[in-house]
Amino acid sequence: MAEPLERRAIISGVGQSAIGRRLFRDDLDLTCEAALRAIADAGLRVEDIDGIATYPGPIQGGGGGFSGPGVYDVQDSLGVDVRWHLSGLEGPAQISPIIHATLAVAAGLCRHALIYRTVTEATASADTGRRGIGAGSAEIPGFTAFLVPFGAMSAANWLALYARRHMHEYGTKKEHLGIIAMTDRKHAALNSAAVYREPMTMADYLAARPVSDPFGLYDCDAPVDGSTAIIVSSADAARDLPHPAVRINAVGTAIRARPMWDQWQDITTMASRDAAEHMWSRTDLKPADVDTVQLYDGFSFLALAWLEALGFCGKGESGPFVENGRLDLDGELPFNTWGGQLSGGRLHGFGFVAEACRQLRGECGERQVKDCEIAAVGVGGGPVAGCMLLTR
Amino acid sequence: MFRPLPALEPRTEAFWRACRAGRLEFTHCVPCNFFIHPSRPICPRCRGRNLDTVAVSGRATLHSYTINHKAWFPGQEVPYVIALVQLIEQEGLRLVTNVVNCAVDDVHIDMRLRVVFETLNDDIALPLFEPEA
Repeated sequence: MAEPLERRAIISGVGQSAIGRRLFRDDLDLTCEAALRAIADAGLRVEDIDGIATYPGPIQGGGGGFSGPGVYDVQDSLGVDVRWHLSGLEGPAQISPIIHATLAVAAGLCRHALIYRTVTEATASADTGRRGIGAGSAEIPGFTAFLVPFGAMSAANWLALYARRHMHEYGTKKEHLGIIAMTDRKHAALNSAAVYREPMTMADYLAARPVSDPFGLYDCDAPVDGSTAIIVSSADAARDLPHPAVRINAVGTAIRARPMWDQWQDITTMASRDAAEHMWSRTDLKPADVDTVQLYDGFSFLALAWLEALGFCGKGESGPFVENGRLDLDGELPFNTWGGQLSGGRLHGFGFVAEACRQLRGECGERQVKDCEIAAVGVGGGPVAGCMLLTR
Repeated sequence: MFRPLPALEPRTEAFWRACRAGRLEFTHCVPCNFFIHPSRPICPRCRGRNLDTVAVSGRATLHSYTINHKAWFPGQEVPYVIALVQLIEQEGLRLVTNVVNCAVDDVHIDMRLRVVFETLNDDIALPLFEPEA
């Protein structure tokens, strides 16, 4: 195979805004803060940015602090010209614009792309609590018409169906989901930017109020306000960076089954299976080479699905795999070292990319993974998935 | 319980109206003898347009379920059972629905179910499922 095009791009900069529960700040304001930090981190001038992309950008029904500002508002705020720009909901999960930026840079459409994801879901739900999808709507359109009228008004419901079936077929236990939540919390204690850092025991986990069985409160990620910005640059910019470049070894974008929450056939698997297989087909590296995994945990069970998808264990074996501290910072496969979305906050995919970059650059202080050279990032759940293998 | 209404859209209207008339029916490819849900303008197997609409028995098994405890809007009654049911006519022909007329603790994977319809208005009913007697 010819060298994958994504290797002609690097991640040159990472920046995050303030992150918190209910910051009561404008999403464009947070985005500019993250963007300026990422640009400075890459050692660039704002004028050097010639590409901008985000997920999802303006979308129908995108209220509730979910969408973040569109690329044109950000371009106009930064006062730059761009040669490439993109947003959209459909694609290989929330990191879709990062993956596509690597290809745009590799193709020469632009040289330094700013990609961001901004959420203000905590502030947006401050007065109402967390509402369901379609709550308050007179009529439910599109694919959600086959879910929402039946009270399946959250991805928590949709994915609980997957988790329950996995438990039925493979004997996966609620406590295995608990290990994911507890590992996240343990690592969040080492990250001053994480939103939930108090110690959590298995008893605490099991006593949480139920949401959608088998998911309880601590299986569901924490809505936050915050913006994460990533700079993707041409690989030849690596020599000018003030820090080690993060290289994009391979990406995975495949989906090989019906791309629908309710019509996905083998619900003990997810699109992560296909994206991961695709990613491994584009590299000589193997799962055993990976030093840390940063895996989407919008719901605890998604992380188990990613471990199986990426081949760290066999199909159905993720429950026992996570036992005995394997995912701990000093374990065999350090996992979500920033606290994940369950404890670090629901930065919606980009938090995992930011942490992988920091680990590879050796900037993580007391939560640093020793000799960290290869990081796997998997984002998405259900019929939505994208992944990247990043190296130093 | 209060339910948000499915929108009557060109590709889904017939499904909801059939439910209102007491029939669970799907778009169906005649040459493939294959049910297509949600409805598509062509058959995803043969890519042909020889499609009709065929009612099914309404019998199903429970493929997976979750007991929802969280009220997603003010005043929503909880808990209730969200189910993914497998219709007996075709492997993979599934609906997300509710199991009703059954104690929450008695719900279990692979239980046999049959359709019942809950009327929402003059145009729309929802296909729900109850234990097969």
